[in-house]
Amino acid sequence: MEKVVNDFSIIVGTKNGSGSSTANNTILRAIFKMGIPVSGKNLFPSNIQGLPTWYSIRANKDGFVARSEEQEIVIAMNPDSFARDLASVAPGGAFYYADDIKQPITRADIAVYPMPVKQIVRGDPNIPSDFRDLVGNMVYVGALAQMIGIDLETIHAALVFHFKGKQKPIDMNFNTIKAAAEWAKTNLEKQDPFYLEPLNKTEGLIMADGNTSAALGSIFGGLQFAAWYPITPASSLAEALNEYLPTLRPRADGKHTYAVVQAEDELAAIGMAIGAGWSGLRAMTSTSGPGLSLMSEYAGLAYYAEVPVVIWDVQRIGPSTGLPTRTSQGDLTFANFIGHGDSESVILLPGGVDECFEFGWRAFDVAEQVQTPVFVLSDLDMGMNQWMSKPFEYPNTPMQRGKVLWEKDLEELKGNWGRYLDKDGDGVTYRTVPGNKHPMSAYFTRGTGHDENARYTEDSAMWLKNMARLKKKHETARKYVPAPVLYTRPDAKVGVIGFGSTEAAILEAVHQLDAEDGIQADFLRVRAIPFTQEVTDFIDNYDQIFVVEMNRDGQMKQILSAEYPEKAGNFKSVAHGDGLPAAAKWVRAGILAKYTSPAKSNGKAKSKAGPAAAGTTPAKKAAKKVSGAKMKTMKSVRKTSATK
Amino acid sequence: MTQPLPMAGTPANVNLAGLAKNDYRGNPSTLCQGCGHNSISNQIISAMYEMNIVPENVVKFSGIGCSSKSPTYFLSRAFGFNGLHGRMPSLATGALFGDHTLKGLGVSGDGDTASIGMGQFKHVIRRNVNMVYIVENNGVYGLTKGQFSATAEKGLSLKHQGSNQYMPVDICMEALASNATFIARSFAGNPKQVKEILKAAMAHKGIAVLDIISPCVTFNNQDNAYHSYSWGKDHEEPLHDISYIAPRSEIILEEELKAGEVREVDMHDGSVIVLKNLEKDYNPTDRFEAIRVLAEAQANNWLATGLIYIETDKPSLTDMHNLVDTPLNRLAEADLRPVREMIDKINALMF
Repeated sequence: MEKVVNDFSIIVGTKNGSGSSTANNTILRAIFKMGIPVSGKNLFPSNIQGLPTWYSIRANKDGFVARSEEQEIVIAMNPDSFARDLASVAPGGAFYYADDIKQPITRADIAVYPMPVKQIVRGDPNIPSDFRDLVGNMVYVGALAQMIGIDLETIHAALVFHFKGKQKPIDMNFNTIKAAAEWAKTNLEKQDPFYLEPLNKTEGLIMADGNTSAALGSIFGGLQFAAWYPITPASSLAEALNEYLPTLRPRADGKHTYAVVQAEDELAAIGMAIGAGWSGLRAMTSTSGPGLSLMSEYAGLAYYAEVPVVIWDVQRIGPSTGLPTRTSQGDLTFANFIGHGDSESVILLPGGVDECFEFGWRAFDVAEQVQTPVFVLSDLDMGMNQWMSKPFEYPNTPMQRGKVLWEKDLEELKGNWGRYLDKDGDGVTYRTVPGNKHPMSAYFTRGTGHDENARYTEDSAMWLKNMARLKKKHETARKYVPAPVLYTRPDAKVGVIGFGSTEAAILEAVHQLDAEDGIQADFLRVRAIPFTQEVTDFIDNYDQIFVVEMNRDGQMKQILSAEYPEKAGNFKSVAHGDGLPAAAKWVRAGILAKYTSPAKSNGKAKSKAGPAAAGTTPAKKAAKKVSGAKMKTMKSVRKTSATK
Repeated sequence: MTQPLPMAGTPANVNLAGLAKNDYRGNPSTLCQGCGHNSISNQIISAMYEMNIVPENVVKFSGIGCSSKSPTYFLSRAFGFNGLHGRMPSLATGALFGDHTLKGLGVSGDGDTASIGMGQFKHVIRRNVNMVYIVENNGVYGLTKGQFSATAEKGLSLKHQGSNQYMPVDICMEALASNATFIARSFAGNPKQVKEILKAAMAHKGIAVLDIISPCVTFNNQDNAYHSYSWGKDHEEPLHDISYIAPRSEIILEEELKAGEVREVDMHDGSVIVLKNLEKDYNPTDRFEAIRVLAEAQANNWLATGLIYIETDKPSLTDMHNLVDTPLNRLAEADLRPVREMIDKINALMF
């Protein structure tokens, strides 16, 4: 049997609430510590305790760490999902199970490893009886470690991290792992080909979840006020603010430069955040789809009242019950057109945890520069799962506070200013904030119906003028939002557009299309709405552009089609929203299903200025050009490989 | 801004803040002639002027409805935000974190507060946000032309609406149940009392809920309607004569010091609320007394007005958050962005 090294997926089936997350994270971190690119995805039900839940781990030497739809190794700890778990093992794979589950083994094409979980745990007199179930999960950690070759030292390091150095739980869990590994060594005979071997591909990388990253980024962005209401999968973002703010913003006098308020609901959370943004604070709220629905009226008012505020939407499937703990990119069009009346949103779309951090601080800059709500759309997969990533980078620009006038400014202007007067011609007007003591500072804020001096009016001409300015302001926003990231391949004839958490799956699919289907595709990961020039340039390059997203209706495709109506026929939707983190399999299949080979298509792909690999596609040029501009400091071009 | 000190030659119509009454006014009201809300706006102007409050130190908030339009009719030199229906409280809660030295002044109505706004009303109270929350209570929706509000009494008949079948919401009782630290009820037809209560409310640290019966002359001013001028005049029973005495003023007249006749409430800023007893001695620091007097008023068809309940020693929301002395909205990048070295420490934690 030929060894398969550093290229397989593991899935663990347990009962929700049985404490398996410690075990799963320990495996994940240990593999990461071994230098092997890895991802871990918690696929959990809406439930506190009892329902089946799964944890999927993928290790891949080439850096393809999107969720795989094939599982070579399956660990079954839950009798309720035993049959399903057994059936899910890939042919030639391995099946580990707790031997107290007495159910028939119906497969002969896989390796089967029963584990005496209860016996091993009972054998350790130091484990209190009420901890046995929890610690029982460590048996599969130990057995697996022994059988596939996870270094016990890295496991120990992962436990030290997890238990924050507390010796008692570290020892209790590690002793069980060692006992299980010892048992496996003596009693199990390796019958499958799957092994891990140390690599050096995670050096310098970090492992973090997007919600924590977003919270940290917000803190580095000078967050002053956050209001929130508990909702999966967004709660841990606000909880991370509470966890890290005291450490990152300490003061000798013990006083606070910030406030985090748990509101009574999302209606109030957004109201508070908008109040704080209006009064000059860097203010945010974090929620998921149902909460965003509740926030829509206030967000719409903030668009018209021109209040800077940051709204994180960690997307899930909704509404109401059903699949609320499953990931989605289903809120895009809703966020884009949120609010009644005409409105258009500024939306940032982070594609990984490092970007959750970066957009954490950058969103405040954009919101204050444009004086409008900025929506940051992450999702459950990115928000709650541990992702491998480049380290967080310190903000490379000072805080951009936008056009705010204080007492001395008003004295210089002799009080002569207008809240909605477009002095600079960019649609963005000057504002004052409460606490300004200049007698000409104050103005009265309302949604619609104000003149350039914020006085009440129902005059139609004034209304139209204001609406035109808001439109202009949205154009101005294009120069403040992040450019897309472009991945090119030599001789690419088609384009792929995606956003957010699907990047790893798309990169893998694009690689497979090239290697196995002979289709070369350039991939543009859009990072903001409104679209920047680089997006326009990319779209101009191909007559087939596959828009990949995790929803049913192809929401990004809808928005692109509305923005580029003359190109709408070139967009082909690859939309798939099953609640699971994106997988290359459906991305590739979706593209193949709609792909028209150049011979059959009416027009040829437009010729490009030169070989894409040389970095001379117009899109790439544009991206580079803009990335040198004042506000654009992000790298717009990356190598095609998922890791470096 | 330095305020000119009062001195010989200062015009008589300028207060200790150096401001004339006109400095406290706003745009002309667009509400109906005789609307109770206009009377309240006028008392706000007078109270602020007499208290020497600098308008820039007040922030106005409102929701939606006739009452919520009124913040443009006073204090045009104060910032204001006209928010969404029933959601003025959350807006104020967030905005007052911008500068904790400012006082919030919210104006809402019974439609805005007692229906969609009930949740936010109760929560802004339990957080003890440092603001005056006025409910201009007329039992009817004015801007939408005369529908019942949730404070309309059972049996009230309105044109096109028939007879109200539901029990009314008692704003003061709701405030008390939510642990408000200052609760008063007044009547727009009693402007002197409105003004004194406003002053006391402005001096209070934390939330001050003022339920002011403010008749709607267009849709709900029938003689027998609970929220009408004539009913109010016939049924008002003040709990006391209330006067607000500013800090460091020579306050109490000798004859009023007689035991049992006068009750004083010391405010945190050194001011004093003097409550002169009328028929009975009423103790507004006793929660059970407050519940009793509200229940009795309900049962006996009284319009019990005055200071219903007060607690002067509770921290406000911004106190609870232990904020720095400098207003948050004046902090600079150095106060807000962690230093560069912290990024490595954070990355080291991400494993």
